[in-house]
Parts: sequence; structure tokens; C-alpha cells
Amino acid sequence: MAGGAGRGGAGADGTGVQMAGGRPAGSAIEMEGAMRTLPSSGRPSGTGRLSRGPLFGRNYGLSPGSRLLPPRCQEDADPQKTAFLLRKQWTLYSVSPLYKFSSADLKDYARMLGVFIAAEKQKGLAVDVDGELGVRVAMSGLPELRGSEQDPAAVLVQLSLRSSLSPKNSEEKLIWSGWFCCVAGDDLLENLPENFTCLPLFLVNGAESYTAIVGSWFQKTFDCCFRRLAISPLNLTWMAAMWTGCKVDKNTAAMELLFSVPHLPQPLDISYAIHPEDVKALWDTVQKTPGEITQEEVDVFMECLYSHFHRHFKIHLSATKLVKVSTGIASAHCDGIIKFLQSQYLIGVLMLLTELAISQIQ
Amino acid sequence: SATILLVGAEGGPQQQLAEAMLCEKKDFNINIHLASSLPLPPERDHLRPRIDLIAFVIDIKSKYSLKSVQASLAYVDVRFFLGKVCFLVTGVGRVNNCSVEMNAIWKLGEDYCSPVIFCELELEGIRVATAQRLLRMLQICAGRVPGVSALYFSLL
Repeated sequence: MAGGAGRGGAGADGTGVQMAGGRPAGSAIEMEGAMRTLPSSGRPSGTGRLSRGPLFGRNYGLSPGSRLLPPRCQEDADPQKTAFLLRKQWTLYSVSPLYKFSSADLKDYARMLGVFIAAEKQKGLAVDVDGELGVRVAMSGLPELRGSEQDPAAVLVQLSLRSSLSPKNSEEKLIWSGWFCCVAGDDLLENLPENFTCLPLFLVNGAESYTAIVGSWFQKTFDCCFRRLAISPLNLTWMAAMWTGCKVDKNTAAMELLFSVPHLPQPLDISYAIHPEDVKALWDTVQKTPGEITQEEVDVFMECLYSHFHRHFKIHLSATKLVKVSTGIASAHCDGIIKFLQSQYLIGVLMLLTELAISQIQ
Repeated sequence: SATILLVGAEGGPQQQLAEAMLCEKKDFNINIHLASSLPLPPERDHLRPRIDLIAFVIDIKSKYSLKSVQASLAYVDVRFFLGKVCFLVTGVGRVNNCSVEMNAIWKLGEDYCSPVIFCELELEGIRVATAQRLLRMLQICAGRVPGVSALYFSLL
């Protein structure tokens, strides 16, 4: 009765399929309702968005039954514009919607923020190394970083240090960058009241002190709230699976997973590196529907990696905590740190991160 | 007297939960057995009293604990699933550490018609409260409460 019922009837609904571990052998209980699908929490909507279950206020580990694979951006339209985003470590924050934020007033905002930073420096709160002329703030829009026309354009904030050493050159050293973006934030955009702009994802590269200052200015001016966005091990496994499924032209780096072992007197980290072609081959055998990934497939994929490791080292990686995933596309750390390595899949990765940010806000 | 069997992967909070249960005031004797997996060693079968309640402990921070519970469930006699099995899910306090997806846990509870109790066993207050709940469930499963049978639990 239970058998392989999952795929046929339920289509892409991951929750209808039997568990990755298989049905237990001796259990004679094949109750009537045993294979009925769960309430809405796992059902994918047409676009594969996260559907929030009624069970918890936050998503404790409710991940969607399936997600769409990130699309590969074919157009090479100005990869230069977004090239500066690559190969840098970005710390992630989730931001609640901004009140009365207008992308037309970016110059005014930049000026006000500059004044605010100067005032903070007067108070002695900023860490200032050698800039005598102070910090210059630049705010600009990044219209190419969005999922669809409905998404608000991304906003980039850059702080540069003006040095008086070469006034003619007016060389400015970029000391801090932060950008807000929203890629495919349909869930949040639907119910947004007037005057609110939704840019739920904030990425920062630079000193923590400046992050605090800029963050507090935004919070005061637009009545929003910043929170560190941590990535759970469950979401990291999704990333590992999704990014393995992405096609890349050139030779890419090996996939590396970093695990931290709990309950030990001395902290122990295990690093598991797999050749990219091998892991892609494995993923190809696991994934059924092109363009879509289900929770089952992610589970099976990770299970294969874990059991391979166990066969060789007799260590159960499933009992440890996955803290970092690195692939050729991007690398993500559970503390909410991301590094983009390929511009083609930038939007795809941002889509997933936006989803995580939105689920943290709600 | 009544007997409860706590099954969960090693290193889990079963030991502390057992101690909390022993510290509670009760008017009947209880035996607590701890196991990291089933089946229980057959050598001691003749010494073991009848088990009234089995509680499986799953830590959502560890996928391994879910897998070992799923493997152990195969060795549980069918008659236990009439209210004498429950799932304790711990580790739910820290959202960002979860390695197990919730749908799998709900499915477990549904497939085996047994209650799933979420409890952060690392916090002492909740551990004590859970110990009290388990004791009450144990009392009912052992038939010590007239008019209430363990069958009610499978409706939870």
C-alpha cells in the first residue's frame, strides 16, 4: 500500500513521498491515514515559495517541500556592475520593511548619513584610522539585482575614507559597503501596506562599528529593525544540494562541507571535501524533476555523503552540526556569512537568501 | 510498579530526564530503562519487567538521532502503538541549530499514531514539567488510573 506511492499521485509534493530511511520492516501497522499528506506547511505553491505552516510563529525547521532551482542568468549584461560583489565575505541581516523610503532621494539620504557618521565620530564612537577629511557616503541603486519588476531595486551604501595625503587625486579608500536587496519577495510584497518598501536582505562587508552606526541611522530614520540572519544546518544542506545542481562552465572548486562536533571537551571540526564532478554525478542520480528540488532529494543526497564518510571513517556526520558549505557557486556559513563566486547564479542565491530573510522577519 | 523505556541516541538528555522523573513525588514505584537503540539485548529478557510506556527522544539538532529512532521503531511490538509510545522532541529552543526538518517529525507522529511532545529538555524547568507529564502518562499506561486507558493517547 505504501510502497513507492509518493511520486506518482502527489506530483512534486515532497511531503507525500515516503521517508528517506524507508518504511520500517517489522511494523505491521499500515493504518489508513498513514500516507496522507501533511497540512499546508509542506505543500509547494506554484512558484515554490515557502508556505508558512500554522504550527509555529517562526519556522522552526519548516522547510518547503520543494524549491525551484536558481535560474542561470544567461545575459552577460554588465557583469562588471555586479563584479564587485563577488569573492567578498558578506554578513547577512534581515531587515523589516522600511517606512517612507524613496529610491529617488538617495542623494539626500547619503548626505544625512554622512552628517550622522561625522556626529558619531565627534562623540568618539567611530573607529577612525587615518581619515582626516572624514567619511564620504555614497548611496546608489542596483536595478539589476532583482527577481522581477515587482521587486524594489537594490540599494547600495558605500563608505569611503577621504585621505588628505593626496588632495589632488582625491583617492578614496572604500572601507565599508552594505547593500539592501529583495529578490522574488512576493510573499512579503503582497501584503505590504502603503509607504513601506520591502528590502528584507542586507549584506555587509566592513568594520562592525560602521555597521552599527549605519544600522542605527536606518533604524531611526525608517523605523525598521535589523537582525543577524543565521542559517540553520537544514538550510545549509538545501544550499549544498541546490548549488551542486547548478551547471558551471569552467572547472570549479571542490565542494567542501565543514562540520562541528558537539559535546566534546576540545572543539573538533571535520572538513569533508568532494571532487565537484563526483558530487555532480551523485546529485544527477538523485534529482528527478529538472528545475525543481524536493526535501526528499536533499535528504537522500546528504545521506549518501554521510554514509560514504561513515564507511571510511566510522563517524556519523549526521550527529554533528553542519556549519559551512562551500561550492563553486558560493559559500555559506551558519553564522550568516556568504561569499558569492559566480555572477551567473548571483540572483539565484539571493533568491534563497531573501526567502530566509523574509521567514525570519515574519 | 510501572516501567518506562527511554530510547534515544547516546549523549542525549535521557539520563537527566530519568533523574528528574526519579526526583518527582509519586505514590507508586517506577523503573526507568535507558537504551540507545532497539532491540534490547535478548540475554536479559527474562529479567526485564513488562514495559508500560516507551518514549523516543529525538534531538532536532542531530539528524542521527532521528535516524536511530526510526531504525529502532521497527523492533517495537505492534501492540505498543495503542497509546504506549510517545515521541519527545528536544532542541527546539534554538531555531538556527536545527538539522531535522519538522515535516519528518510530524510524519513520524502521524504514521505511528503517537503523540509528539516538544520539550526543550536542556532547560531544567521544562525537563521537570516533562518528567511530570511522563509520570502521569506512565500511570495511565500501567493501568493505575481507573477509567482512563492508554488508548486515549493515540488520539492526541
